[in-house]
Amino acid sequence: MFRRLHDAAMIAIEFEGRILQVAPHETVAAALLADGAEHTRTTPVTGAPRAPYCMMGVCFDCLMEIDGIPNRQACMTRVQDGMKVRRQDGIRRLER
Amino acid sequence: MNSADVIVVGGGMFGSAIAYGLRRRGLETLILDGHDDVLRAARGNFGLVWVQSKGMGMQRYTDWSRESARLYAGFAEDLNDSAGISISHQNKGGMQMLLGDAELETRQREIDRMRQQAGPDGYDCDIIDRAAVQDMLPDIRVGNDVVGASFCPDDGHVNPLRLLRALHRGFLRLGGQYRSCCEVVNISHEYHRFTAETSGGNFTAPKIVLAAGHGISTLAPMVGLRVPIRPQRGQVLITERIEARLNLPITDVRQTDEGGFQFGTTEEDIGFNDGTTLIDTSRIARRAVQFFPQLASVRLVRNWGCVRVLTPDKCAIYDESESHPGAFVATSHSGVTLAAANAYRAAEWIADGVTPPDFGTFSARRFDVPAAA
Repeated sequence: MFRRLHDAAMIAIEFEGRILQVAPHETVAAALLADGAEHTRTTPVTGAPRAPYCMMGVCFDCLMEIDGIPNRQACMTRVQDGMKVRRQDGIRRLER
Repeated sequence: MNSADVIVVGGGMFGSAIAYGLRRRGLETLILDGHDDVLRAARGNFGLVWVQSKGMGMQRYTDWSRESARLYAGFAEDLNDSAGISISHQNKGGMQMLLGDAELETRQREIDRMRQQAGPDGYDCDIIDRAAVQDMLPDIRVGNDVVGASFCPDDGHVNPLRLLRALHRGFLRLGGQYRSCCEVVNISHEYHRFTAETSGGNFTAPKIVLAAGHGISTLAPMVGLRVPIRPQRGQVLITERIEARLNLPITDVRQTDEGGFQFGTTEEDIGFNDGTTLIDTSRIARRAVQFFPQLASVRLVRNWGCVRVLTPDKCAIYDESESHPGAFVATSHSGVTLAAANAYRAAEWIADGVTPPDFGTFSARRFDVPAAA
């Protein structure tokens, strides 16, 4: 659905265990949309699938676990080589 | 509709609750509300329905707060029926957490004074030790600095944003009239009718209720009332959503029904400034982490400042004008706690003249102390 406007030297991130080639200036949300990710989190209450929406830090629909930290805004986080990204699955648990 | 049985000036927590109650009693009720950019304490508060800290020096205010807390379960059901909105009311008690022996001693002295003041009515609040605190909060680890807490079974909390929305929607569904962008600039009184001149037209009614928060300061003298209120800022923080872990509200930490932890607050005398400061934000967060160390890894998503409406003794003001009968004022910083009492008891007082016992205690005349000779 989305395609990159410009060619760039790519870096690698990991999304749910899969290696993606992404452009270094992109946010995690943009990179995943360009890759065609269908959903990036499920909601805390009903478990409904959600994807990045506002792309400007307001709607909190792009929450993901990034490098082990849950509930990060993927649209506000720039990709880094070797970054590990997972879907935010429902509400965050608190460590015992 | 440019005329009504009663005009309520202010669509915040006080105004909406009273207007809802007046409409429930069958009065043609009109809320005149200001613009979106006026200070709105009702949209920035903490959501506690709180009794244990209310009314030092004025037992009537303790009783009024407790009465409201005890009316709340029915009130929540009533709002569910009339507005179709759940306000997530919970009333399993609440705690004020105590860090260190100094806080414990201060709180014990306060409780002793409240108990003395309450006399035979009693003051249902006790110090519990650290182990008892942990027993009552089984799903979260209590920090080592916590020496105990004061626990009051009447305390509770609601979702305050949904409360405000439920009051508005319930009011409208019952046939109430609401006008926004109608800031009242003048009130005149002729032939037993009040005329409110606003930026959105003129409206008349035989009764008028001033519940406009800080807007009351300029309006009250127009109907012969003196209402000495001042602004006080409170800063509040909210975290990302977390699985349900905190089953009771604490004075300065509660977990909302939607999962976020809310931390508060400050008491700052810096005028009509609703900003935030980093130093207070970090102090508030640090205290919350001292209560519950597991919160250290939880991330804040928002903080905000809100300007309370504070009376000189922190207790509510309810008054009817002597020179302008039919003009009422009602205000307090405890709009959430008092919403149930406002919707039932205060509305009955305004609609039908049924004055609750010793209600004169709430008159602002209590501040008119003659100057010493």
